Amino acid sequence: MTAIANATTPRPPGQPGGEAAISIRGLGKRYGRVEAVRGIDLDVAPGEIFAFLGPNGAGKTTTVEILEGFRHRTEGEVSVLGVDPDAGDGGWRNRLGIVLQESQPEPGLTVREALELYAGYYARPRDVEETIALVALDEKADTLGEQLSGGQRRRLDVALALIGDPELIFLDEPTTGFDPQARRAAWQVVEGLRALGKTIFLTTHYMDEAERLADRIAVIAAGRIVALGTPETIGRRDRRAATITFSLPANLRGAHLPAGLRGVTHLDDRGRATIRTETPLVQLLQLSGWAIAADLDLPDLDVRRPTLEDVYLELTRDRKDG
Amino acid sequence: MSMPLVLHQARYDLRAFLRNKQGRYFTLILPIVLLVVFVSVGVGGKTVGPDHADSSTYYVPGLSALAIVAASFVNLVISITAQREAGVLKRRRATPVPAWVLIAGRTLTAIVVSLATLTMLLAVGHFAYGIELSAATIPDVAVTAIVGSAAFCVLGYALSTRIRSADAAQPMVQALMLPLYFISGVFVPSVDLPGWLRHVASAFPVEHLADGLSHAYSPASGVVWSDLAVLSLWAAGGLVLALRRFSWTPSTTTT
Repeated sequence: MTAIANATTPRPPGQPGGEAAISIRGLGKRYGRVEAVRGIDLDVAPGEIFAFLGPNGAGKTTTVEILEGFRHRTEGEVSVLGVDPDAGDGGWRNRLGIVLQESQPEPGLTVREALELYAGYYARPRDVEETIALVALDEKADTLGEQLSGGQRRRLDVALALIGDPELIFLDEPTTGFDPQARRAAWQVVEGLRALGKTIFLTTHYMDEAERLADRIAVIAAGRIVALGTPETIGRRDRRAATITFSLPANLRGAHLPAGLRGVTHLDDRGRATIRTETPLVQLLQLSGWAIAADLDLPDLDVRRPTLEDVYLELTRDRKDG
Repeated sequence: MSMPLVLHQARYDLRAFLRNKQGRYFTLILPIVLLVVFVSVGVGGKTVGPDHADSSTYYVPGLSALAIVAASFVNLVISITAQREAGVLKRRRATPVPAWVLIAGRTLTAIVVSLATLTMLLAVGHFAYGIELSAATIPDVAVTAIVGSAAFCVLGYALSTRIRSADAAQPMVQALMLPLYFISGVFVPSVDLPGWLRHVASAFPVEHLADGLSHAYSPASGVVWSDLAVLSLWAAGGLVLALRRFSWTPSTTTT
């Protein structure tokens, strides 16, 4: 029964099953005496959106460029779509789409012409007009690439990476320097790719981007993976202390709080109360029971879980160089 | 083989070239402007060169050499360096397109532009200055021009390995080429130069392209194979350097 259920139920993203889109074992990269990457193990499942986070200099770009076949590893085993990137040929590149961290439009070509040029590189390209529509550049199809805005250029980059109808797409900091509107537009494009069943390997410096888009996140620091998990659970985020804050009415002092809260509540000079707790429900029950009984409504009551950014900063702190 | 893909690449490279004002001016227009100026000013007198040729007749082959160098070497170095620094070459290499297709497509573009400029120079020479053209010379001129253009493309790829930024490309190629134009019979007839300078010039490829073209234009002499041999030798040297050093990725690297 279980076996049949496993075979027919769609596999939740991030669960190993079938051939991994990306498989990394003991990856190491050394530049002279500098060890940029020190033994990475990772698996990315087909159809997954995987976010790869880490501070500058942590080995992120090195790892991504090894996966893309632009750099050569010094240690370990790597398989991307079942192929060693060091031996990746045209047939392999036919199945990949790569959005580089920094690349300008093709000079002297319009959006449509650039896509026509790149479509010619692939065995089974997508339709040019359809791809233009997918990145919402319809109105700019006849505009020269260099006349596009920053956000539009990046969308053209994404379109160029999609024109070959790839199974796996690398997005290296796709929204760096975007205004909020442009970022939302780019996210919608990525979500459209998820709907098409593409596997996406994303690097970003924006935690909200990773949280919104990624099925799983890996954090790299000083050349090692320091945390791996879903946006909700990475770095034991779901188990970490929550923070309850509220303002104590002006006529009350700490001594007026219920007995169970007195010891754990920190009060600042302005009457702002903070409770750090791993069992927020218990403290909230005590607090609300007390407040209702005393006819207080605590209008600025707030309960906050640690954000992904809190967890990320803690994971990467003091790990600049292991 | 992927000849259709080479033509595909060349078609878009050519379109991009034609949209570039600077490239258009220096490659297509400047040789014709120089022809008109040189003939009007009478550089080197009414008749020039060893055979006391009409100055217009003399300058058409000389400026043809300049046009080929501009289209194949100058324009290629500048555009390739800019495309490399902008990540354009790297992005193309992220696709299945083979490297040789990109190189062949770009070279074919340069050859087409070279031949187009040559045709315009000849047309202006014929209609404005009454230069007589013998149809029999066309294959010789074409062979010399194509070999010269291909050789200078390879040299362009070789030089681009020594230039780090797109900004440095323009001054660098002009600094290399201007003196060579002067001593190679492009601007000033070689016979007016001191012997030692002619020896210096004959070590470099520009002189052999100019010499090869001036003979190819004359029905009496045809293709000068020794000039083409020197050009090919330079190209072979350039190819070795390009194969060992050419980079598709921007010079700035991050980890």
